Amino acid sequence: MNNLTIYLTIGVILFVLGLVAVLTSKNLVKILMGVELILNASGLNFIAFSRFVTGNLDGQLAALFIIVVAASEAAVALAIILNFYRQLRSIDVNLADSLRG
Amino acid sequence: MEATPSLFVQILFAVCALVTVISAAVVVFSGRILHSAFALFFTFCGVAALYVFLFADFLAVTQVLIYVGGILILIIFGLLLTQRIMDLRFTDQSHQRIRSVLLAVVFAAVLIGVMAGTPWRIAYQPDTPTVEILGVSMLTQFLVPFEMASMLLLVALIGAVWLARVKRKFDE
Repeated sequence: MNNLTIYLTIGVILFVLGLVAVLTSKNLVKILMGVELILNASGLNFIAFSRFVTGNLDGQLAALFIIVVAASEAAVALAIILNFYRQLRSIDVNLADSLRG
Repeated sequence: MEATPSLFVQILFAVCALVTVISAAVVVFSGRILHSAFALFFTFCGVAALYVFLFADFLAVTQVLIYVGGILILIIFGLLLTQRIMDLRFTDQSHQRIRSVLLAVVFAAVLIGVMAGTPWRIAYQPDTPTVEILGVSMLTQFLVPFEMASMLLLVALIGAVWLARVKRKFDE
């Protein structure tokens, strides 16, 4: 068991917990939190690979771009959640069914 | 080859890893959504500490600045703007919990199996400060993604403001 495996295991745990949050939650904000957990897990994996496998800093740059995408995603998601709340007075995802046939 | 870290460093690493994993579990399984938001703070800080252990100094600072200082504040704003604090529905009712946990456990088993079965080619990155290397490669090899990221941030910023604005009558 080397160091890389420990980091990858932490990454797997974070990813799976985020997946559970996305799948089980009815609350839009909690789903957003799950997505953030998943993005953190992937960033951690990128940096662990950058340190232990490739030996250069390309993985760290990928993690940096992940942080950029996560920031813009959170801003847009918050705007959508606010609009959702204004329309329906709730952020329960089960109410988002107006496109269902 | 990397030198074996001292016992103190190993204990510190174990504490950071445990804080990260346990607070992430609290985020997912806590019944109260505000508790989840505060546990998310410890998860982000724990991941930043793990970045320090991986010699990613710039990334650790960026993680604290953007995740803790930006995204977490945004999430808490989103919570407080969309639900009344005294409301009973402020707790989070979850659904299909058993099926999801089962799926997640199977997925984790597959991932860990693949991870354990792969012969990783170990090549250590030298223990140097990363800021200069990152800055140089962002303006040479990764110039196009860097500029695209700035465009993405601008578009997301304008789009978020446009989406979240209060619509007046004459807009419709």
